[in-house]
Amino acid sequence: MPELTYREAVRDALRKALREDERVFLMGEDIAEMGGSMAVTQGLLEEFGPQRVRNTPISEMAIVGSGIGAAIQGMRPVVEIMYEDFLTLSMEQLVNQAAKHRTMSGGQVRVPLTVRTQGGAGWSPGAQHAQQLEAWFVHVPGLKVVFASTPEDVRGLLWSSIYDDNPVLFFEHRTLYPIKGEVPEELEPIPLGKARVHREGEDVTVVATGRLVHEALRAAEEAERDGVSVEVVDPRTLLPLDEETIIASVRKTTRCVTAHEAVTRGGFGAELAAVIQHGAFDWLDAPIERVGAKFAPLPFAPVMEQYVVPHAEDVYEAIRRTVARG
Amino acid sequence: MSTEATAKATTLDRDHGLRLLREMLRIRRFEERAAEQYSLAKIRGFLHLYIGEEAVAVGVMQALTPNDAVVATYREHGHALARGLPASSLMAEMFGKASGCSRGRGGSMHFFDVSRRFYGGYAIVGGGLPIAVGLALADAMQGRRRVSACFFGEGAVAEGEFHESLNLAALWKLPVLFLCENNLYAMGTPIVQELAVTDIAARARSYGIPAHAVDGMDVLEVEAAARRAADEVRETGEPRFLELRTYRFRAHSMADPDLYRTKEEIERWKRRDPIVLFEERLRAAELISDGDLEELEAAVAAELDEAIAFADAAPIEPVEDLLKDVTTPRSP
Ligand SMILES: Cc1ncc(C[n+]2csc(CCOP(=O)(O)OP(=O)(O)O)c2C)c(N)n1
Repeated sequence: MPELTYREAVRDALRKALREDERVFLMGEDIAEMGGSMAVTQGLLEEFGPQRVRNTPISEMAIVGSGIGAAIQGMRPVVEIMYEDFLTLSMEQLVNQAAKHRTMSGGQVRVPLTVRTQGGAGWSPGAQHAQQLEAWFVHVPGLKVVFASTPEDVRGLLWSSIYDDNPVLFFEHRTLYPIKGEVPEELEPIPLGKARVHREGEDVTVVATGRLVHEALRAAEEAERDGVSVEVVDPRTLLPLDEETIIASVRKTTRCVTAHEAVTRGGFGAELAAVIQHGAFDWLDAPIERVGAKFAPLPFAPVMEQYVVPHAEDVYEAIRRTVARG
Repeated sequence: MSTEATAKATTLDRDHGLRLLREMLRIRRFEERAAEQYSLAKIRGFLHLYIGEEAVAVGVMQALTPNDAVVATYREHGHALARGLPASSLMAEMFGKASGCSRGRGGSMHFFDVSRRFYGGYAIVGGGLPIAVGLALADAMQGRRRVSACFFGEGAVAEGEFHESLNLAALWKLPVLFLCENNLYAMGTPIVQELAVTDIAARARSYGIPAHAVDGMDVLEVEAAARRAADEVRETGEPRFLELRTYRFRAHSMADPDLYRTKEEIERWKRRDPIVLFEERLRAAELISDGDLEELEAAVAAELDEAIAFADAAPIEPVEDLLKDVTTPRSP
């Protein structure tokens, strides 16, 4: 199997969709000549031209809103919001418009729009360039929310997002762009709403997203040395959520840790904990542990930043806490 | 709204005059009946009446073909009627019935009818503008020559969405017809408290979009200006902007006691009632008679009686169907 970086995998899905389908086009700030602030769309302008790889002004509402209009009209736009933080400027169109069109038109309108964005700490971008805001969108009926953690997943999930008939918020993690992973020779679509079990285990389930999937896998190895067998599950799609896979895993292991980089309070882990306690209450042998960032805006000072966001050690400690309970 | 009608020039013959009058009257009476139904609690939630502004929607609609798209606001009953959505489907929508144009999921503020390219009904001030730009973007990319007509109030001019949308439409040369209905008030706030520059057309021109201010109480002037602008959009593929100066005779919504305007001001504007003005004009030109008017009124009343009866009798969507159409089920 060939190897791609996460960045190349995103680009691969975009390129294939652009090649095969006239309806697909890209819009975003600096995605053309510059190739995107994260270099994801490099080379696409040259191949597909400025009509289909469109540099936009710095107008997040208009980027998302015109994407909605074009989607209603039969296109499959993939728009890029340069940083998750800038989603805040497009919230009106995402939350009031994209998510509501289907319902408030009585089912007449489809909005096959994909909104790619990225964020994440680990390189000291500070308070306004690294937030993890995915949980906000899980609260909005009418949207789908994807957060991919590996090259294979990001490629297959992006493809499915582009071809889903609903607005999809597609989260990428800044620090994952350079990681390499094997991918199938031919792009294989990965259905939305299906979790991935990265590693099977018997004693504790860690449900992790984004960068924390990789931290959880490291923590699992560490725990293994202590004789604790850890299962690592990545939901991959946060909305709709593959509750079945997650609950089945916790019923088997009887213990659970949730892990994401976003702040713990009101984070996606809270939703996971609620779903799991309901679906596996009689199986649980310990309270569900949540791992996430401390409740503070991201500070710049590198040492302080590292202190705020969670790492493999935090996941490991949480695993230890769950097994310490009888 | 037929292609035939739009191909015709704005000459005031009897047929065309009667047609404009009928459309304005339908809206006026529809709104009066809606207010009645609201006080009977058959309509819940918000209700924003278009009374006083009829010449705007009716005049503009003459310039659009069935291929063009319409995006409107929460004050969109007039636009929907003038666009050809049946009064019965609108009344049923406001009654929350499954036979409504949005299956009862939208309500008064969210009329949709994709078969007539009527794309809402938006309750967020300024929210429709970027979407209209996107409809036009798709047309431009797919090589179709048609207009996306986008109505909004002058209140939207203070929103970021207005500026982002005008800039993008001008920058990318997209076939949008922006239609600002300037009725001088955004809820209770007069325009002078809302906009640093109250010459709205000038603000559109600052984005390089040709823009004109039009007397929105004169249906013929609106029609003529809209035809020119829509033709230009079609020919050039580029945006145009009209500021339509009008006034709403009723309060902002049913919940508004209308304390911020004087009776004198309202009376002054009522002397320029677009329906009365146009009627007088048709009479002066001896194009219509008292008999015509009676006939029009009777036909409109019958249509609305029928619409209300239809809405009353229409079924309610079963609550079990709630999750149908929260998302689109098919993923190809
Ligand atoms: C973004 C947003 N802010 C506030 C409101 C509340 N609101 C509803 S209508 C309105 C006034 C809008 O005035 P204008 O755009 O001039 O339209 P008009 O009602 O006069 O037709 C306001 C403030 C809203 N619906 N959306």
